[in-house]
Amino acid sequence: MSLKHKLFAATALSLITGSAALAETITIATVNNGDMIRMQGYTDDFTAETGIDVEWVTLEENVLRQRVTTDISTKGGAFDIMTIGMYETPIWGANGWLVPLDDLSAEYEADDILPAMRAGLSHDGTLYAAPFYGESSMIMYRTDLMEKAGLEMPAEPTWQVIREAAAKMTDRENDINGICLRGKAGWGEGGAFITVTANSFGARWFDEEWNAQFDQPEWKEALEFYVGMMEESGPAGYATNGFNENLSLFQQGKCGMWIDATVAASFVTNPNDSTVADSVGFALAPNSEGVEKRANWLWAWALAIPAGTQKEEAAKAFIEWATSKEYIELVAAKEGWANVPPGARTSLYENDNYKSVPFAKMTLDSINAADPQNPTVKPVPYVGVQFVAIPEFAGIATEVSQEFSAAYAGQQSIDEALEKAQALTNEAMEAAGYR
Amino acid sequence: MATQHSRSAARFMMAPAVVLLLGWMLVPLTMTLYFSFKKYLPLRGGDLGWVGFDNYVRFVTSSAFWPSVMTTLIIVGGVLLITVVFGVLLAILLNQPMWGQGIVRILVIAPFFVMPTVSALVWKNMFMDPNYGLLAYLWEFFGAQPVEWLSQASLTSIIMIVSWQWLPFATLILLTAIQSLDSEQLEAAEMDSAPAFKRFIYIVLPHLSRAVTVVILIQTIFLLSIFAEIFVTTGGAFGTRTLTYLIFQRVLESQNVGLGSAGGVYAIILANIVAIFLMRIVGKNLDA
Amino acid sequence: MARSVTPRRKALNTAAAWSVGLLIFFPILWTILTSFKTEAQAIADPPLFLGFDWTLENYATVMERSNYGRFLWNSIVIAGGSTLLGILIAVPAAWSMAFVPSKRTKDILLWMLSTKMLPAVGVLYPIYLLSIQFGVLDSKIALVVILMLINLPIIVWMLYTYFKEIPGEILEAARMDGASLKEEVLYVLTPMAIPGIASTILLNVILAWNEAFWTLNLTAAKAAPLTAFIASYSSPEGLFYAKLSAASTMAIAPILILGWFSQKQLVSGLTFGAVK
Repeated sequence: MSLKHKLFAATALSLITGSAALAETITIATVNNGDMIRMQGYTDDFTAETGIDVEWVTLEENVLRQRVTTDISTKGGAFDIMTIGMYETPIWGANGWLVPLDDLSAEYEADDILPAMRAGLSHDGTLYAAPFYGESSMIMYRTDLMEKAGLEMPAEPTWQVIREAAAKMTDRENDINGICLRGKAGWGEGGAFITVTANSFGARWFDEEWNAQFDQPEWKEALEFYVGMMEESGPAGYATNGFNENLSLFQQGKCGMWIDATVAASFVTNPNDSTVADSVGFALAPNSEGVEKRANWLWAWALAIPAGTQKEEAAKAFIEWATSKEYIELVAAKEGWANVPPGARTSLYENDNYKSVPFAKMTLDSINAADPQNPTVKPVPYVGVQFVAIPEFAGIATEVSQEFSAAYAGQQSIDEALEKAQALTNEAMEAAGYR
Repeated sequence: MATQHSRSAARFMMAPAVVLLLGWMLVPLTMTLYFSFKKYLPLRGGDLGWVGFDNYVRFVTSSAFWPSVMTTLIIVGGVLLITVVFGVLLAILLNQPMWGQGIVRILVIAPFFVMPTVSALVWKNMFMDPNYGLLAYLWEFFGAQPVEWLSQASLTSIIMIVSWQWLPFATLILLTAIQSLDSEQLEAAEMDSAPAFKRFIYIVLPHLSRAVTVVILIQTIFLLSIFAEIFVTTGGAFGTRTLTYLIFQRVLESQNVGLGSAGGVYAIILANIVAIFLMRIVGKNLDA
Repeated sequence: MARSVTPRRKALNTAAAWSVGLLIFFPILWTILTSFKTEAQAIADPPLFLGFDWTLENYATVMERSNYGRFLWNSIVIAGGSTLLGILIAVPAAWSMAFVPSKRTKDILLWMLSTKMLPAVGVLYPIYLLSIQFGVLDSKIALVVILMLINLPIIVWMLYTYFKEIPGEILEAARMDGASLKEEVLYVLTPMAIPGIASTILLNVILAWNEAFWTLNLTAAKAAPLTAFIASYSSPEGLFYAKLSAASTMAIAPILILGWFSQKQLVSGLTFGAVK
């Protein structure tokens, strides 16, 4: 064996032992959304860079929530990283269940995270989860159908304008619904949508003494407006439509307008999946005439580390990789700028390449229009736009939205639904000791 | 035949199964009972002390409680009715001479192999979806307005899905029972030119009573705790919240383990009422 | 039992039975067909039955995204392990109940069945905490034990009904010949009970294979079986019918094939041995 070979062998050996010492496996629980599945595809890049192996547990959103909540509240330790949202993060952070992300490396540039996202993923000023992507809500509409109806989308539309436009665009013969909106039960589905809609009609979940407000006229107005508009111009079975159902309706050309998450913009403009990719326009989420809040929500899917994991360092390395600028550049290089995870970093919206993406500006404007500290016109005792950041909210809002969905489906009247919502919310708030 | 020796041996042999099941029943049951008297909120720091019967009172006085019991009974009853009636008809049909009986039998039992989650997903998306579901196309084909199955006919839909899963089971038990029916008896009746309907009422049905008992007993055990079908399709909305589902909402969605545990105790009580009812009313049939 | 019927009647029976059979099987057939379509074809209007371009792309996507082999292996170990462990514990119990019955035998049997009525969700937290205590979270061992316990009542009951049909005289005779208890069980009883045991095993493999609450909630990456595999394909963003169909087909195919090849045992297994 020549010296060269020997050297080579020695180097190889040290490389092997070196990486063996580092060889760790982290387990990540995540949701089966498109951006996360894409991230899984790039895992090998991360492993090659760091020598850390990754095991993915990819679950549908409802199963994921159930799974990670059980694990974190029992300190089960089944996962090293959990994918959670803006609702869970401050609550879990306050309980001391998450590792604070206040010592991320300088190259990571934590200050680059959008201020709205940073605020929503912190508790007492400490960041507990790093946003993988962030979103607000906005109007996506068919420019061709708008034109056909002889209308023009205002830059800041009101609900009243939207309703009129929806009615004009509706063409039942050709299976075109003027507007598609979420009606599906579940706090993160129809519950989130009706909450921001109610906000934009001046309603609120609770008054300053934590009394439920479903007996107030604003809620009734919002629900009646929503149901009226959906009956005029919505698709059949809208009471069971969530994000995904509406996405495929829109992609198949069956909706004139769709008000939903800003991340959907890249799906509806992607010609591989969408039949209407080249005729989609965007506008700011509406408000009711005279109400100063718009129906903008604020959400982020973020990566957090449960306290007590043995693999904190490896987990941090992964989070720094997955939510970094470099990851965004990696995706941009391989799949185009329109497909990078949006809404997380300021620098993305300053990037000239990204500025040419049609929905970039509207996404940022929508995110900035949402204010979790002051979600409604009237004062509230809580933080959160489409949710109330208290542990009891998910359960309550799911049941409330189930009552609403039953009203959408015509199983009960709006008044009955509101009455039940009022009773069950107060019941649960009493059980939790707020009232 | 049973000597003292074999008796003690028998006890010894039964011990592992009995002890294990006793443990399986007692350990979680004790823990459930323990939690049910506590204010236990995992998201608010866990154990917040004893609260007596508060959870029990709160659970049973909640507006959701009685509707959920009713829903449970309607689903169990509906599925039992459908599977028994169609099971008998199908068993009679399959017992007729025909070509390819073995293959037909495979086709009929196949749904039993399908995971509840998968069957719920397939039915929900590919059949009952009001826009892309096959049933919607079928309705449109005949010029009818597609049914919004999971919202407008939610309970019916869930009963349909669950019945589809359990029909094979009922059919097979009933088929086996029919095959054991003394054909001479039937032929004699045929000779007497008793009409087919009377033959069915007076000879076939009484013979099937034991098999029907088994179907009801086993299915009830499984049906009382169905969960995946509701979780996947409606998430408990549109009046499909069973007692099991209500407990799920309390424990996992509301993160109130104490309240949910009290619900669990009620569910155990309900299950035992149903069990006692079954044993007293139909259990006798099991002796034979 | 062969009754003579006219060919016309037989043809009618055949037509009726096949129609019903195909109708019941149709959802599965449709799932399998859809798994070979593209996502766009899967929601085509009007629906496409056979006239589409068959593609394997969904299977390729699923294989690329998930480690199907590991999910499958976990399912096999969990379903097989829990069934075998259950049989080992149930055979002696069922034997003693069938051959040395006491006044309480029936009560014990029904009590065992009633333990199956415990709603699983109600005890999720207790069981989760116990698994952490024993350090068996996300391990196949925990699921083998839990699924064994869940299905044990059914196993005992099925075996009991099979054993009861074995005539006591044969055992009597064996005992006269000086066979010990062990020999009696091993050489006389077991051979006669094999068909019943086989049916029981088959049925319980199916029940364990399809269990979707504990297998989802007590696993993460290491021990997750096919039920968790399905949970990663249900309702993602965008069109998913074809990929969901492919994943569903992959999850149910092994058990469908097993059922196909052991139809005879299975049929008697499905009757829980309760009907002659």
